[in-house]
Amino acid sequence: MNIEVNNKIIQAQEGDTILDALKRNGMSVPTLCHMKDLFPSGACRMCVVEMEGSRNLVTACSYPATEGMKIKTHSDRVIHARKTIIELLLSNHPDDCLYCIRNNHCELQTLAAKHNITERRISGKKNDYKLDISSASIVRDPAKCILCGRCVRVCEEVEGVSAIDFSGRGNKTVIETAFRKGMNVSSCINCGQCITVCPTGALDEFAHFKEIHTAINDPKKRVVVQHAPSISITIAEEFGLAAGTNVIGVMNAALRKIGFDVVFDSSFTADLTIMEESAELIHRIQNGGVLPMFTSCCPGWVKYAEQAHPELLPNLSSCKSPQQMMGALIKGFYAEKEGIKPEDIYSVGIMPCTAKKFEAQREEMTHNGITDVDAVLTTRELAKLIRLYGIDIHSLQPELTDNPLGTRSSAGKLFGASGGVMEAAIRTAYFKLTGEEMIEYKVETIRQDKLRREMSLNVAGLDLNVAVVTTFLELERLLKDIKSGKSKAQFIEVMACPQGCISGGGQPIVPSPEAIKQRRMALYDIDDKSAIRASHQNPFIIQLYNEYLGEPLGEKSHHYLHTHYHERDVLL
Amino acid sequence: MTEQTKELAGCAAILEKHPGEGRDSLIPILQEIQENHGYLSEAAIVAVGKHLKLPTSKIYGVATFYNQFRFQPVGKYHIQVCRGTACHVLGSLSVLEHLEKEIKLKKGNTSKDGLFSIEVVACIGACGLAPVISINGEFHAKVSPERIKKIVNDLRRNHE
Ligand code: SF4
Ligand code: SF4
Ligand code: SF4
Ligand code: FES
Ligand code: FES
Repeated sequence: MNIEVNNKIIQAQEGDTILDALKRNGMSVPTLCHMKDLFPSGACRMCVVEMEGSRNLVTACSYPATEGMKIKTHSDRVIHARKTIIELLLSNHPDDCLYCIRNNHCELQTLAAKHNITERRISGKKNDYKLDISSASIVRDPAKCILCGRCVRVCEEVEGVSAIDFSGRGNKTVIETAFRKGMNVSSCINCGQCITVCPTGALDEFAHFKEIHTAINDPKKRVVVQHAPSISITIAEEFGLAAGTNVIGVMNAALRKIGFDVVFDSSFTADLTIMEESAELIHRIQNGGVLPMFTSCCPGWVKYAEQAHPELLPNLSSCKSPQQMMGALIKGFYAEKEGIKPEDIYSVGIMPCTAKKFEAQREEMTHNGITDVDAVLTTRELAKLIRLYGIDIHSLQPELTDNPLGTRSSAGKLFGASGGVMEAAIRTAYFKLTGEEMIEYKVETIRQDKLRREMSLNVAGLDLNVAVVTTFLELERLLKDIKSGKSKAQFIEVMACPQGCISGGGQPIVPSPEAIKQRRMALYDIDDKSAIRASHQNPFIIQLYNEYLGEPLGEKSHHYLHTHYHERDVLL
Repeated sequence: MTEQTKELAGCAAILEKHPGEGRDSLIPILQEIQENHGYLSEAAIVAVGKHLKLPTSKIYGVATFYNQFRFQPVGKYHIQVCRGTACHVLGSLSVLEHLEKEIKLKKGNTSKDGLFSIEVVACIGACGLAPVISINGEFHAKVSPERIKKIVNDLRRNHE
């Protein structure tokens, strides 16, 4: 179908909105409330265009393209309308860009600059909303909110959590939790997806910079850092490199330049998780244990289970997440080996995830009153730290991670993408059951780009039905199917974020789904090229069991690597 | 029966009359609960959420959209300030501001000691008496900022 845009004919497809048609042809109009793949809400009117035959401007993000329609995307009238909208948004906005966490990354700022807004023509009464710093992960600053609704929609329509919503009306409208209580008592599972969609500085992660600086500058402290599987890939985007570039070597170097004494890799404890979890699964299947068994490495999912499905807690694997296994090993095994006191170690996690901040401060994640992981930085925060220290990652020489907790198999690395835990677990479970390696490690079905993937495998006469699921919207559907018998899944990997941790709430903010795909492909590429592709083959894992842990599910493992969760009372 | 169990029993009875999930019956349910109990407590909203399978954030959002819903019990003296046109023209805004200052209480809230609550209402049909406030249903005509002080003091004394 043909439509006329700014006096030129362009092609549109059946079902396109005006915005779709524009994008298809390399054009665009600014948007604010619009979210790809979600039903247009038409709330902000930033995307208005002039349409011949219509008195009012129409919203390009929701108005369907029709044969022969004539539109103008940048007429005087349109530009004026957009400018007014921006000016209204700015009219009661706090003027503190200089101190704002989103300075230079703020869509509102960019829009204002693009529209050449250089003075305040409309002045509104500023509101006096308070910061909400009650959550261990998410900080909300409603004063900076422009009510685009993206956070509300991602929380409800992508995650399936609905911790926040519009409340009040008119100029009193504000995004709130139920009863305007803190995020800490809401149903928020700390995934941080709302941060990644927020156009302004109204949402941010809870920062731990100060404590980290103090520890680094304390000569008595040994500061140990671990980085999660996805970080070495996603952080590249923060430094202008192509999405999917693996910068593990220079990242290690940068961490040492900042002053971290020891650099470990959470992919190592991902391997360890696989050893423990596959043993637990086989044990449950062979001894009539509670099934289906769910993975428990995503702290967003663990909290969701505690509050929304306490009946499923016995089904959760008792394995801690890789971050927390590493934390426990650093202050247990490593401290012992080095002859230092656990309290003289400061342990930092670099994570793709805001929920990891919540996880680190959980009561279960301590030994003798000492927290296993003292502070957590997101990928974005590590990038800030690198910039703060004036480090030019482009001129660093790559360095290796430290042993004994820094060598991984590529199975552990796969944890960064949804389905990765499953693939890694299958490799090791297969070996444990058959005594042989799989001929082809790659499981294509699991790598499909869908919210849910299910399959059954037959391993040594044992039927194993597995499912991989992301987001709680999809999890709820899976649980229904399990109840009705439609799904026979016995082992289920759950991650809160749509594509797993590569799309986590602590990752660089990218508007393009293409970048997230590149991140995933990079993990698969690493797997293809690795010499060690299964957790049980990792020589340092073997050594750790020989020297220290003994057996998977053994006594030491139980003490350091496993835990239990309890029902949690929140405002659902 | 404690206040809360009584309230929840009342709430359960109302919910029973509205079987089925979803948003359709949300407003009527909230209205009935408020009529029954005077306000929407946290426990009541949680119960409604369970019944309708709606998140509490959503219910709270909907309820705060309408001025009619209260989230605290009304005070011993429930003061309604008319903000209709006639009252507005004759200075109801300043009446409200003085009242808020005098009791140290924002509209829509109930004081900690449970003595006062302030509600802003649209025209209450007594425009001839504007600006007008109503305390527990009793009208006070042509109130001025000075009168407010006296009325509040009288109520306080009354209470002691
Ligand atoms: S962190 Fe996740 S669960 Fe919490 S409000 Fe944001 S999107 Fe919702
Ligand atoms: S907090 Fe951010 S994403 Fe949410 S409505 Fe406000 S501006 Fe939009
Ligand atoms: S999927 Fe990964 S990034 Fe997202 S909440 Fe879970 S652990 Fe965090
Ligand atoms: S982007 Fe189209 S109305 Fe908001
Ligand atoms: S406007 Fe106040 S009583 Fe009518």
